[in-house]
Amino acid sequence: MLEGDEEAKILAGGHSLIPLLKLRLVQPSQLVDIARLPGLSYVREDNGAIAVGAMTTHFDVERSGLLMDALPLLPLTAATIGDVQVRNRGTIGGSLAHADPAADLGAAALALGAEFVAEGPAGRRAIPAQAFFVDVLTTALEPAEVVVEIRFPKPAGRVGADYLKFNHRAIDWAIVGIASWLVFDGDVVSDAAVGLTALGSTPLRATGVEQLLRGQKWSRDLAQAAAQRASDGLDPLSDRHGSAAYRLHLARVLTERSLIAAAARAGQQ
Amino acid sequence: MTETLPISVTVNGTEYRYEVEPRLLLVHYIRDILNLTGTHVGCDTSNCGACTVLLDNRSVKSCTLLAVQADGCDVTTIEGLAGEEGLHPVQRGFWEEHGLQCGYCTPGMILSAVQLLQRNPEPTDDEIRSGIEGNLCRCTGYQNIVNAIRWAAERLREAEASQTAKQ
Repeated sequence: MLEGDEEAKILAGGHSLIPLLKLRLVQPSQLVDIARLPGLSYVREDNGAIAVGAMTTHFDVERSGLLMDALPLLPLTAATIGDVQVRNRGTIGGSLAHADPAADLGAAALALGAEFVAEGPAGRRAIPAQAFFVDVLTTALEPAEVVVEIRFPKPAGRVGADYLKFNHRAIDWAIVGIASWLVFDGDVVSDAAVGLTALGSTPLRATGVEQLLRGQKWSRDLAQAAAQRASDGLDPLSDRHGSAAYRLHLARVLTERSLIAAAARAGQQ
Repeated sequence: MTETLPISVTVNGTEYRYEVEPRLLLVHYIRDILNLTGTHVGCDTSNCGACTVLLDNRSVKSCTLLAVQADGCDVTTIEGLAGEEGLHPVQRGFWEEHGLQCGYCTPGMILSAVQLLQRNPEPTDDEIRSGIEGNLCRCTGYQNIVNAIRWAAERLREAEASQTAKQ
């Protein structure tokens, strides 16, 4: 139904698209509701990776024991999205494919090295997270392609995760959000990834922070020093919720707190 | 747009079949077609939660769903909560603990509380507050709503215990 109609839109949970429809910000030629397609809601181990079906709701991600054990960053992030009703209905694939830079899951997907499995008339292909997010509300998906699964490599080692969001009120969009993902070997940070929400036109990685952490013995001083680099090279928006300078300040402060919280979840003080 | 689609939705145990425009929101289907006006429209922007209903036993904001998305689903509105034995324990809790003033948010607030207690029969006050994070009240300051939900949780646990004792 999508072929040859670039104005058609796919409707998943509808919690990004329907608000835009109501504001007349988008006027699709057709809406294709994929909620009833069977077999797109699951979390499972698959060939050494964790595979999450695109129509898995935020609530199901939040409550998945498999994810909480293997990839706690994902449920911790999902639990901060909107409110109960939004998480009951909104889906991981829908939110990521919508690609709002203030949406929380993008930072987590980037930090976790996700791979997007897209299906379209030309068949199936995998898109790495780094290539998936192109611009505000724009992804590498072709007009007739649909995200059917998101795959995450299983980490080897003791992991600690945290998603820390600064917003006006509990249910608001992030002014800044930080996704921290640490892998420990003893008390050494063997791998680190930090995803950034609402600090650019797409979700981003704080590569400077990650470089400073990798291979180092964990300490709060290390977190503090690394967090200073969280704002390197960023060019965020100024809007009524905060100036660019304020967002850069928040990036550094929240990164430090988020790293410390992530390490604490891995038993590192 | 005059095109319509046939949908079948079971609301409070009764199956309804109507032809609706694809753009019709679920809340307008419930209020304007089924005449169940207990479900309120507050903000119409998925913030306030006044339009909360249960869709296949999950709380949703019916202003952020198209009626056609509910085709084949089970919907519970505030009108469907009371049973033969009278008001639902959450409704009684709001009565006993003065959990409402103007009442506008109450139907949505009660359905969010029902969802919370289904998932967590013994919530702490913090968990109650998290459970109603998607519902705004501009009268009560929330404390009496928290009291009402705690009251209902206790009654539901008592009922559960006496049920188990009988068996």
